[in-house]
Amino acid sequence: MTKLRFTRRNVLRTGVAGGAAVAAGSLFMPAVHAQASTKIGYVTPATGPLAGFAEADDFVIGNIRDMFASKGVEIVVKDTQSSPARAAEVTQELIAEGVSMVLVASTPETTNPTASVCEANQVPCISSVAPWQPYFFGQGGDPATGFNYSYHFFWGLEDLMAVFAGMWNQLDTNKKVGGLFPNDGDGNAWGGAFPGFFGAQGFEIVDPGRYENLNSDFSSQISAFQSAGVDILTGVPIPPDFTTFWKQALAQGMKPKAASIGKAILFPVAVEALGNDGHNLSSEVWWTPSHPFTDSLLGLSAADVAGAYTSATGRQWTQPIGFVHALFEVADRVMETAGTGADDVAEALSTLSMDTVVGPVDWTSGPVKNVSKTPLVGGQWRGDGNGKYDMVITENALASNIALQGSMEPIFG
Amino acid sequence: MIDQLLSVVLDPLRLLDILIDGISSGAQYALFAAGLSLIFGIMRLVNLAHGDFIILAAYILFAISWVLGALGLPPELNPLLALLIAAPLLFALGYAVQRGVLNNTLGKDILPPLLVTFALSVILQNGLFLIFSPDTRSIDSGALSTAGINIGYRQVPVLALTTVGTALAVIGGLQYLFFRTALGRDFRAVSDDPEIAQLMGINRRQVFALSMGVAMVVVAIAGVMFGVAGSFDPYLGPSRLLSAFEAVIIGGVGSLWGTLAGGIVLGISEQFGSRAFGEEFKQISGHVAFLIILLLRPRGLFPRDKD
Repeated sequence: MTKLRFTRRNVLRTGVAGGAAVAAGSLFMPAVHAQASTKIGYVTPATGPLAGFAEADDFVIGNIRDMFASKGVEIVVKDTQSSPARAAEVTQELIAEGVSMVLVASTPETTNPTASVCEANQVPCISSVAPWQPYFFGQGGDPATGFNYSYHFFWGLEDLMAVFAGMWNQLDTNKKVGGLFPNDGDGNAWGGAFPGFFGAQGFEIVDPGRYENLNSDFSSQISAFQSAGVDILTGVPIPPDFTTFWKQALAQGMKPKAASIGKAILFPVAVEALGNDGHNLSSEVWWTPSHPFTDSLLGLSAADVAGAYTSATGRQWTQPIGFVHALFEVADRVMETAGTGADDVAEALSTLSMDTVVGPVDWTSGPVKNVSKTPLVGGQWRGDGNGKYDMVITENALASNIALQGSMEPIFG
Repeated sequence: MIDQLLSVVLDPLRLLDILIDGISSGAQYALFAAGLSLIFGIMRLVNLAHGDFIILAAYILFAISWVLGALGLPPELNPLLALLIAAPLLFALGYAVQRGVLNNTLGKDILPPLLVTFALSVILQNGLFLIFSPDTRSIDSGALSTAGINIGYRQVPVLALTTVGTALAVIGGLQYLFFRTALGRDFRAVSDDPEIAQLMGINRRQVFALSMGVAMVVVAIAGVMFGVAGSFDPYLGPSRLLSAFEAVIIGGVGSLWGTLAGGIVLGISEQFGSRAFGEEFKQISGHVAFLIILLLRPRGLFPRDKD
């Protein structure tokens, strides 16, 4: 290695070059600076096993980016690669870049590390697309005090379990339920809550225990379900694991009447990965184009927002479109009312009550501080026999303003 | 927990399930371990990049069978066709890596090959990440993936049977290559005493490179079975390497049938643990079985006479 020598010549040379670089920067930067004086961050699992959640990000943010830019707000997007450690890391990067607020979506593995880093750094964080219990208690939240800078809107496990029970009660089953709960934030929360709730409703949960994600062998779970004679399957596996599980279950001759699965089969691409074997699989439904809500930024209906996605990308709508859109609706509203100061924003969030494309978001009346609940219904994927699927809403007891589109059909009669 | 244990141990059908599913997952471990066992047996090289080579093979096979699928060929056939295309490529890659890199590290000191294969492992993981992104992939095998054969009280997946058949064929094939062919004689000679083999006119560097090529063909076969059975991402190699090491050591270092037996011991232990105590105990049951066998028979179940 050559040593740096501070001769007159060297200092002059580097000084001039450095000065030129600084000058060039200041010559070309101002236009951007004048336009984007405020930055907000968006943290999302754009790649990795959770990538399905982020499929519509480019579209949603693409639409909003120009609108925000005209208000002097720049959106900085960071990919977590589906890793919690990376989520914390990119949040630190965003904070170092001076963002005034962080938005984050998709599973506790993404929302929790991001919200925790924001809370520690006193930066406001708005999150969604993770049930509120794993979000709140997963970060060690205390209902008495809550968080100061983190706010979350989504539904909770109590809603999910009520929706699943409503769907299963439409079918004639032996009420025995096999549970597929991985060793992660969602899996532990679901596995902990299901036996109590469903036991009281007359269901029996068969839980073979927590398994590690990216499993290639589900024969022991399938064997446990078969020897208990379950009619119903449920669980919250990551998408690639459900594909593996379902194929092995069919190959081992399982014929469940219902399979209500969270997380893994929320998106058309995930169901299409099953070929024609995804017919009548069911899941919770947080948002569809037929949800009777209107967006606060442009006055678009849910159907308009989803329709714009399909016409722009040629792909089927997916549930996160509405929620990612709503995150930016909330961000826009608080910046309008409270500016960008961290404490002002946090204060505004704590009393915010507004209508979004996913329904009312209201942090004054949540189950705990920092949480606002959005409506939840249930639905089934109906296949057309050519590997394409449509979501049909089959259960709406919790939100009767969202119309039913059909009733539950058994997977195997 | 006692109830769960008894309900498994006292039910002959559930014990039979453990045997069937243990053998099929054990066959997968054995396929994973066969290349490792081969390399270690011939040149005493501990290949830390072995798991990553399998993931690399899985990605190559995924890419080829994706192209074949796009050309309209049936997905049930594509994994096999892809394997036929990929096997010579991987043979050449193995040959080149051994000749170009690993041969230079072999010697009295065991540290250089360890470090170099560790570096290869890191390079492969990050290279795959750059090319394929961290998205999980799976090799499509169409209707094969959900097909099962009814054996009376239960249905056994066709893929599981295929894995067992493949493992038997691979181990049997390697055994034939070792003990019935001229190349196998060279392999054994170099393995027994590289210096004397060299004196007898065997080009050690060439034999090593050929054996790595053969190991990579086995890696390709393991990769296709692995990629068809489940999903993989670029970082999955090292975690699967651990089971492969255990299979090799349980079976006895250098013994190919031993590696198959080691894989099956591991598979059955894991299936027993997960069913008798809960899914949380799956991996740990395999590790405990490994430790017990190491305590009782430090050289494995089928040690070679001379080592």
